Amino acid sequence: MTDQTGRQYNTVFGSLDHYNKGGVEVISDNPKYYAFSNMFEVASAARPYEKVAVAKNLEYVLEVIRAEGTSEWRATPHDEFALVMDGSVEIELFDPEEPLVDPDASGSIGLDGQPDGNPMGRVQAGQGHMTLLPAGKAYRFHSDGVAVVLLQTIEGPDTVYRWADICQTV
Amino acid sequence: MTMTETTPNASGYKEFSVGGFTFSRDEYFVTITWPTGSHQMDIGQWLRCVQRDVAWGFFYGIINFDEVIGTMNHYGNVDMFAGRFNEAYRRAEVDYNENFDHDELLGCFTAMLSDWTNEGYDPFAAPMETGSAYGPSRGDNDEAVTRQRVVAQRMVSVPGDEPIRSDDSGFPINRGFADVSQDEPVISAEPGYEDQVSSFNFFAYLSLSYVNCNTSVVSACKESLYCPTTEEFILPVIHGNDRVEWFVQLSDEIQWDVEDRDTGAKRARVIMKAGDVAAMPADIRHQGYAPKRSMLLVWENGSPRIPEMIANGEAPVHPVAF
Repeated sequence: MTDQTGRQYNTVFGSLDHYNKGGVEVISDNPKYYAFSNMFEVASAARPYEKVAVAKNLEYVLEVIRAEGTSEWRATPHDEFALVMDGSVEIELFDPEEPLVDPDASGSIGLDGQPDGNPMGRVQAGQGHMTLLPAGKAYRFHSDGVAVVLLQTIEGPDTVYRWADICQTV
Repeated sequence: MTMTETTPNASGYKEFSVGGFTFSRDEYFVTITWPTGSHQMDIGQWLRCVQRDVAWGFFYGIINFDEVIGTMNHYGNVDMFAGRFNEAYRRAEVDYNENFDHDELLGCFTAMLSDWTNEGYDPFAAPMETGSAYGPSRGDNDEAVTRQRVVAQRMVSVPGDEPIRSDDSGFPINRGFADVSQDEPVISAEPGYEDQVSSFNFFAYLSLSYVNCNTSVVSACKESLYCPTTEEFILPVIHGNDRVEWFVQLSDEIQWDVEDRDTGAKRARVIMKAGDVAAMPADIRHQGYAPKRSMLLVWENGSPRIPEMIANGEAPVHPVAF
């Protein structure tokens, strides 16, 4: 499609195979104050299903997850949101028979296998698709290849902080 | 304190006043006066700023319309200032600040937007997508200037929450995103769980955005708010932070000028490309430049604790320490 000027635009999204990182050009400042990173670079160096924080605001975090193979089952006490930034991810949702996590807790916890209860369904999500991981339920991810998920959540027991490795320092 | 408005001037526009400020427009400019000075701005730039300030309810922190004029939100009441964050004005002691009830200043700005926005001009649109702000008064564009900001309570597309957009519901694909995939996730819900399995194409949703440089809330993890926006040309306002704010560049590129919040001294330029993540510290002001319409995820913490933390000096200035 073209606009009234006849111009065709090319929208650039990043991916594990194709990302072009920007940066902080310092005039009179400390680049660490900007905690500048690139999620595809972070995912490139991460282990499958590590939850690496790339942003933090008080107790809230954004985690980058390298989705590769099948994850463990996790239970979340509050809503979380999984945005697929690259690749394709299948997300299974499960309604546990008994509460698996304190509703006042923060962040999801890993489970020892599939809990008792009922399957809720599944979502096949590609680049740009955002999926609700509902409070009080369990979920797991699967990717046949390698995918990148950005997770909106709260700091939890498995959140990994690696600021000095992922952020621009000079 | 009461807002007043006059009968139309020679160009057909009313003059407004609230507290010590008066606002008048002619064919090209707005003129603002206050007890210790005056200032002029391009009327198109002025309307773009006022439009955001109104739509965002004065947003978080400071909205600088330029290097002189702006507003500072105290969440219930709001300051309007002239030269408060400009060293020269402060040194000369011609800076001015006045506090207003939130609704009073909002009412003045809303009336001004209605009277000063001409038919065919949309302050929310990118420059190549709208008509001219200039010239004598001709009609209005109230339909455009009274748009409501989308605020999802849980997530767009969840039953009972904000719906997804489509061409059929009046949201055509923006010309800058014509190549963005419109495919939707494949949802397979078990019987009885149809309303609890939710997913949508976030990038397609943004490609159907009909406004420029205007955040909306698409998901909320308690007080953690995803506030994406599409950005093209220059962010009309210079946003002064009162808290740490995060940017995730979802597509294309934005270059940010970062200045000291209080003096305007240049501190850094932040070049953000697709996949980049960066924080804006709580003591800066920033303005972005996007040569092509891009998707930006602004991530905010809307906790009601934060204004008190700011007042007590307890809110972190920098996002993380390492």
